[in-house]
Amino acid sequence: MSSGAEKVVIVGAGPAGIRAAEMLVSAGMRPVVIDEGMRAGGQIYRRPPDGFTRSPRELYGSEVDKAVALHGRFDQMVAKGQVDYHPQSSVLACADRSLHALTPSGRREFGYDRLILATGATDRLAPVPGWQSPGVYSLGATQIALKAQGVALGRKIVLAGSGPLLTLVTTQLLKAGAEIEAVLDTSSLRTQMTGLPGMLARPGLVLRGMTMRAKLGRLYHAGVKILGIDADECGPVSIRWQDARGAMRKSVCDMVGIGWHLRAETQLAGLAGCQFDYDVGWAQWLPRTDRMGRAAERLYLAGDGLRILGADGAEVAGRLAAHACLSDMGLTAPDSSADLRRLRRYERFARGMARAFPWPAEMVRNTPDETVVCRCEGITAGQLRDGVDYGGAEANRVKSLARVGMGRCQGRYCQLAGAELIAAEAGTSVCDAGRLREQAPVRPAPIGAWVRDA
Amino acid sequence: MKPHPRTGRIVRLSETARPRVHFHLDGSPCEALAGDTVLTAVLSSSRHLRQSEFGLETRAGFCLMGACQDCWIWQADGGRLRACSTPVMDGMQLLTEAPAGWPS
Repeated sequence: MSSGAEKVVIVGAGPAGIRAAEMLVSAGMRPVVIDEGMRAGGQIYRRPPDGFTRSPRELYGSEVDKAVALHGRFDQMVAKGQVDYHPQSSVLACADRSLHALTPSGRREFGYDRLILATGATDRLAPVPGWQSPGVYSLGATQIALKAQGVALGRKIVLAGSGPLLTLVTTQLLKAGAEIEAVLDTSSLRTQMTGLPGMLARPGLVLRGMTMRAKLGRLYHAGVKILGIDADECGPVSIRWQDARGAMRKSVCDMVGIGWHLRAETQLAGLAGCQFDYDVGWAQWLPRTDRMGRAAERLYLAGDGLRILGADGAEVAGRLAAHACLSDMGLTAPDSSADLRRLRRYERFARGMARAFPWPAEMVRNTPDETVVCRCEGITAGQLRDGVDYGGAEANRVKSLARVGMGRCQGRYCQLAGAELIAAEAGTSVCDAGRLREQAPVRPAPIGAWVRDA
Repeated sequence: MKPHPRTGRIVRLSETARPRVHFHLDGSPCEALAGDTVLTAVLSSSRHLRQSEFGLETRAGFCLMGACQDCWIWQADGGRLRACSTPVMDGMQLLTEAPAGWPS
């Protein structure tokens, strides 16, 4: 290890963060890895706590080899002291080449010369009448509960939205013995077919997805309009929807999982100086980088927080970001042309997926006035529209006036719907509604963590 | 303080042979399994984690990955914790409403 080497910090220990760390370690560096998880792996390869006994094959299915390889590689680097690993630690802010984090032992600053952000993604949510009820969860939450805790979040489950997770989570829940009442996809079969040419860049995955889907049989409904979740004080009792032929339907349930594919988690990237472009295909703002993931001087992005390519793409992007980082430090890195080719193929596939399982723009634009858009503070679509009429069609203005995006989630779950609603109300494009400026701390922090320091 | 309806919303599908952990929810003794998050532990006995401070409904978490901040829960000492990412521990004193005397 060379003395005076630059200090590289990686945020996130999912597939992208682990592969980035691995490449830096191979070059003789000892990167700092900060991760919120109790154990490395990220969300899709999330590991249960110690003492759980399901086998990796039960947990990760067809992806078992990839998951085991990533976990093993990271554990090995930690055991050998090749990475300075900080689990259960949340980075809250980024300024002046320093990260402010909350760790199990309190607040801590991590200085860096170069920063690789592999912060992943969350579910992309759209408001549905009643989604603020206790017992409505994101699709990702539904999967995490099963994978990391061995539980179902309800006795009678309806899963709704669109995207690959919808079919995958249903399959996993059924296999584990959960009771699924219905699976409601807002994308029509016709729309799904338009994504097929792109998706054929990875024919094996298409085949696996279609096989899984076929096994869902009559549970699965495509081209659905979701009308609302009926709830009492305990939570959901049913979900109302319209099937592809226009018939009104109602499914009895006590839990609803919803989500429309993924949303890149970009708050730290924004604070670190990244620029963003609105991507029409993904219906969200995505970071501006070069092919390797360079976002700004000394700043690199990788994984679903950069481009939503899934776990395989994240491994590739993690290696590419580390490659860029090494080259910029004047160090040699292995040839990356094969990874760049893989990246192109994964991007074609992902574009196809985005087409096949689109953001439900029409549904969001027609959100009833009384429907809650901001779950954190219970702000309705009507209140948001009033804000637009009063103050102008810009996301940050509407946040100041109507508080949509002001709550604890900091806009993670309302920002995209908010922009859609602003654009609809003002007659502009979603892109013109703008992107919420990120604000530190990006996670709530107890004031005591700072007071005790003073 | 309202008594708890003794029915949770969570269904355990596997991994049920883990050692027991004991904690208190609103003063009543509850049982969970070692390795449960506070969210899993509480929602095994209760339908919710807390009251919404902006509406009439209760809350039971939403994203389970530490991003939405919906799942915070009171501790008897007035501290709050994020239920989805905190392991349950023996002896925890958890509350679904603010501790008595807490300024609101």
